[in-house]
Amino acid sequence: MAVTELADDIHEEQHAHGEFIAHHFDSAQQQYDSGKLGIWLFLVTEILFFSGLFCAYTLYRVHHPEIFVQASTFLDKNLGGINTIVLLFSSLTMAMAVRAAQLVERRTVIVNLVITMVCAAVFLGVKAVEYSHKWDEGIFVRAYFNLREHEVPGISRWLVLISIPFAILLAASVIVAFAMRAKGNKNMYVFYLSLAIMFGGYFLGAVGGKIYMNWKTANDKSKAAAVATLEHSAGGTENHAAADTHEPAKAPVETATAQSVPAAAAGEVLHGPAHLSQDLGTFFSIYYCMTGLHAFHVICGMIALSWLLYRSILGHWRADYYGPVDYVGLYWHLVDLIWIFLFPLLYLIN
Amino acid sequence: MNSFIGFLAQTEVEPAPPYQGGSYFFPVQASSFAKDSDWLYYFIFWVCVVFFAGIVGAMVYFVIKYRRRPGVDPEPSSSHNTPLEIAWSVLPSLLLILMFKWGAEGYFDEQVPFDDAEVIRVKAQQYSWLFEYENGDFSNILHLTNMQHYQFKLESADVLHSFFVPAFRQKQDIVPGRYTTTWLQPTKTGTFRLYCAEYCGDNHSNMKTNVVVHATEAERTDATKWDWLGNNGSPEGKIANGDRLFKIKCAGCHSSKGQRMTGPNLDGKFGTQEFFEDGTEQIIDENYIIDSIREPQKKIVKSFGPPNQKMQVFQGELSNEQIGWIVEYIKSIGPGASATAPK
Amino acid sequence: MTTATTRRELFGYTPDKNYYTASKGIASWLLTLDHKRIGIMYLIGVSAALFLAGIFALVLRTSLWKPENALLGEKMYNQMFTLHGAIMVFAFIIPSIPAALGNFVLPMMLGAKDVAFPRLNLCSFYLWMGGTLFLLIAMLTTGLDTGWTFYTPYSIRTQTGVTYATFGVFILGFSSIFTGLNFLVTVNTMRPAGMGWFQMPLFIWALYATAIIQILATPVLAITLLLLMAERILHVAIFDPALGGDPVLFQHFFWFYSHPAVYIMILPAMGIISELISVHSRKEIFGYKFIAFSSIAIAFLGFLVWGHHMFTSGQSVVMNMVFSAITFTVAIPSAVKVFNWLATMYKGSVALTTPMTYALAFILLFGIGGLTGLFLSTISVDRHLHDTYFIVAHFHFVMVGGTLTALLGGLFHWWPKITGRMYNENLGRLASFLVFAGFNLTFLPQFVMGSRGMMRRYASYDPEFQVFHQWSTVGAFVLGAGVTLAYAVLIYTVRYGRPVSGNPFGAASLEWQSSSPPSMHNFDHKVVVNDPYDFATQVYDEELDSYVQRRFVEPSPKPATQPQHS
Repeated sequence: MAVTELADDIHEEQHAHGEFIAHHFDSAQQQYDSGKLGIWLFLVTEILFFSGLFCAYTLYRVHHPEIFVQASTFLDKNLGGINTIVLLFSSLTMAMAVRAAQLVERRTVIVNLVITMVCAAVFLGVKAVEYSHKWDEGIFVRAYFNLREHEVPGISRWLVLISIPFAILLAASVIVAFAMRAKGNKNMYVFYLSLAIMFGGYFLGAVGGKIYMNWKTANDKSKAAAVATLEHSAGGTENHAAADTHEPAKAPVETATAQSVPAAAAGEVLHGPAHLSQDLGTFFSIYYCMTGLHAFHVICGMIALSWLLYRSILGHWRADYYGPVDYVGLYWHLVDLIWIFLFPLLYLIN
Repeated sequence: MNSFIGFLAQTEVEPAPPYQGGSYFFPVQASSFAKDSDWLYYFIFWVCVVFFAGIVGAMVYFVIKYRRRPGVDPEPSSSHNTPLEIAWSVLPSLLLILMFKWGAEGYFDEQVPFDDAEVIRVKAQQYSWLFEYENGDFSNILHLTNMQHYQFKLESADVLHSFFVPAFRQKQDIVPGRYTTTWLQPTKTGTFRLYCAEYCGDNHSNMKTNVVVHATEAERTDATKWDWLGNNGSPEGKIANGDRLFKIKCAGCHSSKGQRMTGPNLDGKFGTQEFFEDGTEQIIDENYIIDSIREPQKKIVKSFGPPNQKMQVFQGELSNEQIGWIVEYIKSIGPGASATAPK
Repeated sequence: MTTATTRRELFGYTPDKNYYTASKGIASWLLTLDHKRIGIMYLIGVSAALFLAGIFALVLRTSLWKPENALLGEKMYNQMFTLHGAIMVFAFIIPSIPAALGNFVLPMMLGAKDVAFPRLNLCSFYLWMGGTLFLLIAMLTTGLDTGWTFYTPYSIRTQTGVTYATFGVFILGFSSIFTGLNFLVTVNTMRPAGMGWFQMPLFIWALYATAIIQILATPVLAITLLLLMAERILHVAIFDPALGGDPVLFQHFFWFYSHPAVYIMILPAMGIISELISVHSRKEIFGYKFIAFSSIAIAFLGFLVWGHHMFTSGQSVVMNMVFSAITFTVAIPSAVKVFNWLATMYKGSVALTTPMTYALAFILLFGIGGLTGLFLSTISVDRHLHDTYFIVAHFHFVMVGGTLTALLGGLFHWWPKITGRMYNENLGRLASFLVFAGFNLTFLPQFVMGSRGMMRRYASYDPEFQVFHQWSTVGAFVLGAGVTLAYAVLIYTVRYGRPVSGNPFGAASLEWQSSSPPSMHNFDHKVVVNDPYDFATQVYDEELDSYVQRRFVEPSPKPATQPQHS
C-alpha cells in the first residue's frame, strides 16, 4: 500500500500558506500550475470560439471569392496596419510587465501595464473611426446594407455616439482621481489617473484616425472624379451585365468598383449592380462579427488589465505569486494573435 | 389496426390510404430499394439480438451464480486478460465492417441516376406539396407509374422540409436556396403515405399527402390530366377548376373545411361580414376576393395581422380567368351553397 | 483496538462537524465556494429541470393518446416538445452528472480539499441558473417552437422566443465549459502524491474525458448560437438562405458540438457504472486500462462523426460514407465497456442493492441504445429511419436509459456519503424496477412505429400508429412514477434515514475515507492513497455496521504494494 500523508491538520496548514495562496492548494507552485493550465485551456476555448467564424469566412470566401476581393477595398489598409502595430507593441509591453512582475519590480510593472492599456484604447479609437466611417457610407450587415455616398467629411454622428461612453468614463476617472488626491490616497490617485490616461488613449486613436480618414476621403474624391470620366466612356453596359451574372470573377470586380466611385462622386445613392452590392453585405456581416467579437475581447482585456494595475499598485506580486499577470498576459497575446490573423484575412485580400 | 377507415383528419390533409399490409417492422416494400434496405435491417437486427441475448444471459447468470453470501469473500480472479480484450474488440468489428459495406452499397444504388428517368419537380412549402410532371401537369398527390424510373428535383419555398415515403424507404431533405435530388423506382401499385420528415413549423404534422402508383402510364396520365379549358364551359366546370386551383395554390394556408390555419378559413365565408385589422368591416363579395388575391396586404382579416406570415401576392401569377375560377369556388363553399359544391 | 466511541468518531456520523452544519443561513449556501455545497445546489437545480421537462413529456404523451391530438393542438404541441428537449438536454442532462455528482465526488476521490478554482465553480452554477432562467423566460413569454436543435431557417423566421432561448443556451454552454475546465485542471494538478493516472477511479477518467469534450466542443456551439442571435437581430445572412446564407452550415456547426455533447451526457454515466459494478460486486474492475482508454477513444471519435445527423441533408456521397464509417468505430469502445462490466461481475460477490439494480438496468438499456445505433449508422437503413420515432427511441435509450439511470444509481450509491443516512433498500429497488419497466414500455414500441414510418415531431398522426402510442403513453406514466418514487425515497432519507458510518458499501476509493457526511474540508485525517478497486483493503465492522480500512483493525498491515493495472 502506497501510503501518502496529505495533510495532518487543515487549519494549521493554512497558517503556513502564503498571503495569496488559496486554502485548497498545497503549495504556491501547485496554485501557479493550476492557474497556468486553466488559462491555457481557456485560450483553447477562445480559439475554438473564433474558429467557427473562421470556418464561415472560409466557406463564403471559397463560394464568392470575387466579393471578398472587392469588399476588402472598402477597408483601409493603413488604419488596419496602424492597429496591427499598436497591438503588437502592446504585446511587447505586456511581456515586459510579466517579466517585471516575476522580478517584483513594482514600478516597471505599473508603467508597462499602463502602456499596454493605452495601446488597447488607441486600437479601439481607430476601430471606432473605421466602423463609423462605414456606417456613414451605409455599409452595414447584409440585411441593412445600403451603399451610398459618404456625407460631408467631418464629425460623424456615429463616431460621436460611440465616443460618448468613453468620454463619460474619462471624465469620471479624472474626477475620482482628483478626489483621491484630495483624500491623500496616493495609490488610488495613481490608479484612477492611469485609467484616465487609458481612456485618453481612445481619443488619441479616434481623433488621429478621423483626421486621416477625412484627408483620405477628400483625396479620393478628386481622384475618383478623374477616374470616373475615363471609365464611363470605356466601361459601359457590357461589364454591367457581367457583374449581374456573377462571373467571371475578375471582370465584375473592377467594374463594380469603378462604377461605384463615379456614382458616389455624383452624389447619388448607388443602385449599381444591385445584388452585387447586396452580396458585399455578406462580407461585411462576417467582418462585423469577427472584428466586433475581437473588439469585445479587447474591452475584456482592458478590464482585466485594469484589475492587474490595481493589484500592482497595491503591490500584490511576490516572487512565488505573479500568476495573474502571467495569465492575463497570455490572454492578451491571444487577442493580439487573433488580430494578426484577422488583418490579412480581411484587409489584405487584394 | 384497420379501424381507421372513415377517419377524417381535422385539418385538410389527404386522408390516409387504407392499410397496405407489410411486416411487423415495416410497411410494404414498394420501391426497388426497399428489399435490400429491409434485408440489411433484419441482418443488423439479428446480430443485435444475438449480442443482446448474450449480454442478458451472462448478466443473469453472474447475478445468480455469484450473488453475495454473507461471510463469503469472492474468490480472487484475474482483473485483466489482454487477449480476451483484444478478441472482443476486434471480432465484432468484422461484423461492423460488413454492415458498413452493405449499407454503403445500398446507398450507392440510391445515388446512381437512372438514365431514362422522368424528372418530377417537387415544390415544398409550409405545409403543402406540389408535384410538377414533365408533361406540364401538376398535382398535390404524387402520381407515379409502376416500374418506371423517376428523378425528383426537390425545392423549398421557405424552410427545411424532407421528402419521405416509408413504403419506398427513401428520404431526402429539401433545403431552401438549393436543389436536392433523389431517384426512385416504384415496384408496387397502390396508394402510400408521403410525409414531410423535417420539422417545418406549426402545421408540420399535417404536411402529408399520398403517392399513387398506377399500373400503366395511361392510368397515371388520366389521373393527373386536367381539362381546364373544357371545364371552362359550364359553371360546374368552373367551380371544379377553382377547386383544383384552390388546392394547389391556396389550401396550404386556407382551409375550405372550417379550421383556422396560417390564413383565415374560407368555408362558409362568402357573403358574410368580415372584420379587418384596421378596424373596418365589409361583406365578402367577388371584389373583395379578387382584391385579396391581388393585394393581400390591403385588408387583413382581424387576428391575422403581424406577427402572422404575410400572404404571397398573386398579382401576375394567376390570370384573371384563373382568379375567376377561384372566386366561383369560394362562392360555392359559401353558406347555403355547400349542397351544390363539387366533392 | 480502540473503543467504539472513538472509532465512531473516526469513521462515523459527525453531525456537528460536517459540511452542511458548518455554517448556517441562505447566504452561506448561495455564496459558498465549497464544491460539496455547489454540487448539492446543482443537484437541486438539475432535478427541478428534470421534473419540469418530465412533466412536459407526460403532457406530450397524453396528447398523443389519440391520433388527432385534441388535447394540445399543433402549436402548443410544438412548443412543448421543443421545451421538453431544450430543458432536458441543456439544463438537465449535460450538467446532471458532471456538475451535480461530479462536483461533490471528484475532489474527494482525489483526496483534495476542493476543485482547483472554487470561485469559477460557483460562477458555473450561477451561469447555469442564468441560462435556465433565459430558457424559462422564452417559455413564459412567447414560447419556443423550433425543436431543441434550432435548425435554420425556421429558427430565423419563427416569431417565438428563439433569441432568449439561444442566449440561455449560450450561457449554459459557458457554465459547462467552466465546469469542464475546472475538472480538467483539478485532475491534472491536484492528484495526491502516489496517485498516478492509472490509480484514478474510472469515474475520474470518465469525467476527464467529458471535460475534454466540454472544452473543445462547447465553444463552437457558443459561436453558432451567437451567430444565430446575430442572424435574428441584425440579419447578418450567414445562415439565412433568403439572403444568400447557408442553412446547412448551421447544421454542421450545431452537430459539431451536439454530437460530442451526446458523449458529455453518456461518458460520466459510464464512469458511474464502472464504480457501481465493481463496488457492489466487491470485485476489482476488469480491464481497467481498456475502460479508461475507451473513454478517451469515445471522446476523440465523438468529434469526427457529427455528419451522421445529416445523411439525408444532401451532403456529398463521400462525406456520408466517411461519417458512416467513423460512426461504426464508436461502437467498439462502447462494446468494450459493456463486456468489461460483465466480466467484472464474474466470480464477484454481487449484491442487488439499489445502485446495483440501476447499474444492471443501465447495461441493458444502454445495450439496446447502442445496438440500435448500428441501424442508424448504416446509411441505406438510416435513409429510411432518419427523423422517425426509431431515432427518438434510440436517443432516449442512450440519454434516459443511460444517463438518467446512471444518475439515479450514482445518487443512491453516494447518498449515504452525501447525507450520512441510508435509504430504504426495498423502496429503492422498487423505484428502479418501475423506472426500468416504464422506460421499456415507453420506448420499445417507438422503435417499431418508427420503422413503420411514424415521423417524430408530429402533433397528430395516422391512426395505424395509435396502438403503439398508447402503450408508449402508459409506459411514460410508469416511468414518471418510478422517477418520482426514487426521488421521494432519497428526499425521505435526508431527514429520516438510518444514520450510517463512513463506508456502508465497502468501496475503496478515497471519498469513503472521509466521515459521512464529510466535514467542511473533506478529510479530517490522513488520506491513504490505495488502489480504488482493491476491496480487500476494506473489512466489515459489525460494531459500526460499516466497512473500515483493514489497517485500522489489523495491528500490522500487509506490506505495501503499489496498485498495478495492466
